[in-house]
Amino acid sequence: MSVNLTIDQGGAPLGEGIQSYTLNFGPQHPAAHGVLRMVMELDGEVIERIDPHVGLLHRGTEKLIEYKTYLQALPYFDRLDYVSPMCMEHTWVLAIEKLLNLEVPIRAQYLRVLFAELTRIKNHLLNIGSHVMDVGAMTPNLWLFELREDLMNFYERASGARMHAAWFRPGGVHQDVPLKLLADISDWLDTRLPTLFEDAMSLVVDNRIFKQRNVDIAIVSKEDALAWGFSGPMIRAAGIPWDLRKSQPYDVYDRMDFEVPIGTNSDCYDRMMIRVEEVRQSARIMKQCLAEMPEGPIASDDRKIAPPKRGEMKQSMEAMIHHFKLYTEGFHVPAGECYVATESPKGEFGVYVVSDGTNKPYRCKIRPTAFSHLQAMDFMSKGHMLPDATAILGAIDLVLGECDR
Amino acid sequence: MTTPVLHSAPRYASHEGMREGISAALGAMLLDSREQNGELLFTVRREAIEDALRLLRDQFQYQQLMDIAGVDYPSRLERFEVVYMLLSVTRNHRIIVKVSTDETSPVPTVTTLWPNAGWLERETYDMYGVLFDGNLDLRRILTDYGFEGHPFRKDFPLTGYQELRYSEEQKRVVYEPVELPQDLRNFDFLSPWEGADYPLAGDEKASPVPPAPHAQPVPEKGGVVDTKNPVTRGAPTVDVPQTTDSPKETGAGAKTDDKAADHVAPGRVSKGTVSGQGDANPDPVETDIDAPGAPEATESRPGRDADDDVDRDNKPESGTGKPGRSGEGEGA
Repeated sequence: MSVNLTIDQGGAPLGEGIQSYTLNFGPQHPAAHGVLRMVMELDGEVIERIDPHVGLLHRGTEKLIEYKTYLQALPYFDRLDYVSPMCMEHTWVLAIEKLLNLEVPIRAQYLRVLFAELTRIKNHLLNIGSHVMDVGAMTPNLWLFELREDLMNFYERASGARMHAAWFRPGGVHQDVPLKLLADISDWLDTRLPTLFEDAMSLVVDNRIFKQRNVDIAIVSKEDALAWGFSGPMIRAAGIPWDLRKSQPYDVYDRMDFEVPIGTNSDCYDRMMIRVEEVRQSARIMKQCLAEMPEGPIASDDRKIAPPKRGEMKQSMEAMIHHFKLYTEGFHVPAGECYVATESPKGEFGVYVVSDGTNKPYRCKIRPTAFSHLQAMDFMSKGHMLPDATAILGAIDLVLGECDR
Repeated sequence: MTTPVLHSAPRYASHEGMREGISAALGAMLLDSREQNGELLFTVRREAIEDALRLLRDQFQYQQLMDIAGVDYPSRLERFEVVYMLLSVTRNHRIIVKVSTDETSPVPTVTTLWPNAGWLERETYDMYGVLFDGNLDLRRILTDYGFEGHPFRKDFPLTGYQELRYSEEQKRVVYEPVELPQDLRNFDFLSPWEGADYPLAGDEKASPVPPAPHAQPVPEKGGVVDTKNPVTRGAPTVDVPQTTDSPKETGAGAKTDDKAADHVAPGRVSKGTVSGQGDANPDPVETDIDAPGAPEATESRPGRDADDDVDRDNKPESGTGKPGRSGEGEGA
């Protein structure tokens, strides 16, 4: 496993004949979950200091968005956290809708919540799988990838793309889903997910080796979790019942009945187990969505924001003009600013938009979840052994596309 | 300001009384406060940002600093805004606090209040060049090692100044000035009817509207007509209308029609097409110029092997013929 670890002799001397040494973890390391470079200072096998170097995947997304219309900026969000694309889109469309004060039809809200939760499962399956693989277990990851593949297929059937869906749109969603897709998702939730997921988890959750690698690793107190700006499973593992879906509900989350799991020990094992339980709770939310989803329009009928239907365009000149204007000029958003944050699978994903009244955002600041979590890597791993670093990193649930933007 | 909330963005505790309470507590530190788009925004004095945020954290329970954003307004005297997003977990409430600064005036750090401010301030420094006084680790964070400039400033071009590629000759990554085959296109969508305050291209002569020669007084608001200083709007009024009513003036007539017919290919009524419009193909016209024949077969070119070793990815050495497709005709 340590193929990519290069050792750099010549750190600071640590007393008689013992030297601490500096070690480069990444930027190409399978446990780095992307292009993360961490400069570690080690005393033997004990971590003394970690300096994460991020930005290797910095693409200037926020600057690019300033040169794109609000709709053209949407696909950039898919490419931030590419493990949970639709949750990224969710924040962006909600921010635009907040500036526009735009009403979204109820079916579109249900569809968005359904697919946001599907995305949460998709994200957690990958994270749980790679976390257990980082600490040595191969099998669950392969099993979970099979489930993830199902979810990719659902993505494709809804949006046409397996990953970068661009399916959430300001005012609703892009297209309605076929009834058969909803039926198939329902079947999947009843049959495949419980059997395969619980099978995979039965290998892990009570596994002695897995517990030895995770229990009591990187314990973070409630105070630290708040001060370091933790969110999502990281803050819930610390025992703070804080979930934006519950406390600051958006779309139809206030109609959903679900529970927020919290940790008791605030270690890597708790973080992982919270994700396991969140998969079950997300499945519960999805079932409610499928049961309650009403018929109706899937996008706003405000033709200055949402495009007309294809059929309408063949009959109506006005619809044609609206379509043309929306896909060339885009819509103008009234001047103002807002900060909208949603509960992405990794934590609070926020976007601060400044509009100057034109068709392009004046400034779009994206709040990545990983920035705060990765920054705490140093204090969380201090005093732990080198192999624990991969467990801590796995439990953070890091995606560099989102961190570096 | 009580527009009904139609959107479905996150809903948190109400702003009821928050603005007044926080404004009173901030006192002289506060420069401005407003409520907009359902957000509560406070602008404080730059030197007081640390004290203001400490007060908000300790007395108003804003325990978490979620984000710091920089914004660039080049037209302002102090061009940068640094925006702090605060969250209260216990009161379930968010506020936004701002300060403004320029390239040289440092903003006091808030790493003394929240440890995660360190990276957030580093990012603002990296992207905008805002200095933070007291941040002990103000390195660049997202840009490349050795990067120069602050890319999110409005005067920094989207394409940047440097691009890099792997050089096969030097066996390393080399930096070169950006070379664009096509200029970056940036369309202007501001409508001349809604706020664009510049003349449109090709429309320079149209504005400002010149006074008409025989200005007619136009009634102002209330029906009062000022005959001494007439105001005109739009096109000037003309005494004698100019028209081209008679066919003689237009030049239209049988003579012109004959001339026009000269240039039209002689048509031929044929089956299968719209009657009177001829074929799709014009009739061949006899000329003394030879029509171009089929190209020569490429195999018969002298001095070329069927499979010569042409590096198609690179430009050919000088004198080895045309670049591009020259090597591909061989197999045909």
